[in-house]
Amino acid sequence: MNFFKTLAVGAFIAASVSGAALAQQATFEAVRARGILNCGVNTGLAGFAAPDSQGNWRGLDVDMCRAVAAAIFGDASKVRYIPTTAQQRFTALQSGEVDMLARNTTWTFQRDVQLGFDFVGINFYDGQGFMVKRSANVSSARELNGATICVQPGTTTELNLADWGRANNIRFTPVVIERLEEVNAAYFAGRCDALTTDVSGLASVRASRAGEANQHVILPEVISKEPLGPAVRHGDNRFADIVRWSLNAMIEAEELGLTSANIESKLSERNPSIQRFVGATGDFGRMLGLDNRWAFNIIKQVGNYGESFERNVTPLGIQRGPNRLWTQGGLMYSPPLR
Amino acid sequence: MSGESPRRPPRQTLSLGHPIVRSIVWQAVILGTIGWCVWWLVANTMHNLEVRRIASGFAFLHREAGLPIGEALIDYSPENSYLRALFVGVLNTLKVAAIGIVLATILGTLIGVARLARNFLLAKLASAYVELLRDLPLLLQLFFWYSLLQGLPGPRQALALGGDVFLSNRGIYFPWVEWTAAHWAATVAALAGILASVALTRRAARIQEATGDRPHVLLPGLVLIVGLPALVFFAAGAPWRPDVPLLRGFNFQGGVRVTPEFAALLVGLVTYTAAFIAENVRAGILAVNWGQWEAAGALGLSRGLQLRLIVLPQALRVIIPPTTSQYLNLTKNSSLAVAIGYPDIVSIANTTLNQTGQAIEGIAIIMAVYLTISLSISLFMNWYNARVALKER
Repeated sequence: MNFFKTLAVGAFIAASVSGAALAQQATFEAVRARGILNCGVNTGLAGFAAPDSQGNWRGLDVDMCRAVAAAIFGDASKVRYIPTTAQQRFTALQSGEVDMLARNTTWTFQRDVQLGFDFVGINFYDGQGFMVKRSANVSSARELNGATICVQPGTTTELNLADWGRANNIRFTPVVIERLEEVNAAYFAGRCDALTTDVSGLASVRASRAGEANQHVILPEVISKEPLGPAVRHGDNRFADIVRWSLNAMIEAEELGLTSANIESKLSERNPSIQRFVGATGDFGRMLGLDNRWAFNIIKQVGNYGESFERNVTPLGIQRGPNRLWTQGGLMYSPPLR
Repeated sequence: MSGESPRRPPRQTLSLGHPIVRSIVWQAVILGTIGWCVWWLVANTMHNLEVRRIASGFAFLHREAGLPIGEALIDYSPENSYLRALFVGVLNTLKVAAIGIVLATILGTLIGVARLARNFLLAKLASAYVELLRDLPLLLQLFFWYSLLQGLPGPRQALALGGDVFLSNRGIYFPWVEWTAAHWAATVAALAGILASVALTRRAARIQEATGDRPHVLLPGLVLIVGLPALVFFAAGAPWRPDVPLLRGFNFQGGVRVTPEFAALLVGLVTYTAAFIAENVRAGILAVNWGQWEAAGALGLSRGLQLRLIVLPQALRVIIPPTTSQYLNLTKNSSLAVAIGYPDIVSIANTTLNQTGQAIEGIAIIMAVYLTISLSISLFMNWYNARVALKER
């Protein structure tokens, strides 16, 4: 049961946090010694992190974990995926149960500053929306006054919903259920008039109901900014650097036109940016404490950001929108790798 | 003259071999070790939380919560503090526990008695109930009840049960009156009337013991319990505005609502706990020797008085201690509410600890709340148990 799990995690924190500052600076060494990366992911959100029919985890966040494993071990498969609910994820990271979170988690001030985390980048720009049944004949979120709205607790979504209701003078009844599957089931059973979460999440939930996907409408209003990104424990700068630059490498590769298919053939390319990227010059891998082919391994085994997006998110019917490269009018921008 | 000096007692040497010294030393060592361990755990935790920049302390309680909560017994809105949000959770836990304990006791007693009935069908049905409910995990039962309630039609196709009572997947709506100060005054008057009647009954018993005559209590009692509140209510102008549920927009507005989450939790807890209480009741009644019934009959007591005056007081002594445990179980099991979205203390504290990141404080609050509730139930039940216990003089 979740309560007992939380209790156990709480006790575990109390015990492990007291365990003489272990894992303080040492996530990287611990991961290396363990030979596998413990990556906290969603319990099952198609497109971001969900096991496929063969039980292999797939998704944009899963690719983030795989990229870090490829950078550290040269092998993207050395990841143990640890599914966490919205409420368990932070204690899981604080307590060291996972090395990093790649769990469609919104970067907020409080989480960054007060919870003891560092967000190292943004791998998906999202916003919160509402989904309703087509039969309800609702075309705008402003018509939701008096509605019952399903929401997952412990999320920014839950707080945004309350803020939005206050700001727009819309009264609603929340139904707050912890497990994603249960909250979705409550919406589909008609317990709620509307389901609210990040727009990508709504599309994912809708796509997972193969038979009735077209009976649900995502309303046009987007009521918040939800920059989703990977997080690590505060103060572990070395590991933070590795995760940050693994993400940046995926974005940079797309900009350089490097893909999993062509990177092998680009090894001998003259372009100095590509030379640095694949580790032929510059020694960047060693500066991170990794092999110089770290970025090459990421792209070869996982692909660049665009490939990951196409593979995982596009099938949900989500446009790239703000997640396009900055050169194409989007927000995806990597600091230069030099 | 130095005769014989008075005999001195043998010198007590404080050697480590002395039993008293040894026991004190060992106890001090053990106490000290435990104390040191606790201190070390706390200090180290504080230190490491600090190093990791994880906030600690209870200052967050006064910050704005920002959480929407579906049902609350007191006024609550997201701009209230975490403290108030948690208090709403505590009240919700108390609400389901209090109603659950009363209903589980009634249902459990009925089923326990039914299991002993001479009617074959009734007894077997009661046995089947106990075995079925007792053997399935409670969480499973909660999911069952919750999905059953979710399977009801939507509010626009709500089942009208007559008398403006509506059943839908948004819960049960039934009419009520607009609750005003006059209603509160009448409620207080009714409570006062009940207390006064109890005093009257005691006085009647005293007079009966002293004189053998028992003054009438039924009529004055009725006047106190029914007449007094009615008088107060009419004196206050008898405001009576019915509050009827009406389908408006997405949902019913007005009336009193019982949410599916609360209903599923209550039904799940009551039916599950009642199975255990039924067994306690059955055990209690079987524990009273058949001769007691016969002896009571020989005194000329009616069947009802036999049960009330002779058998039940003896059965209660067997029933109460294990039933206290069931009350505690029911209260603690209400934490499973988190799985079906009822905003109890665990649900709200979980959300709080997640939004603030202060897991240790959050867990400490949950533990303190349950400990307080459980100890209160234990205290009350122990007091009651002592009251019905065999008086040994």
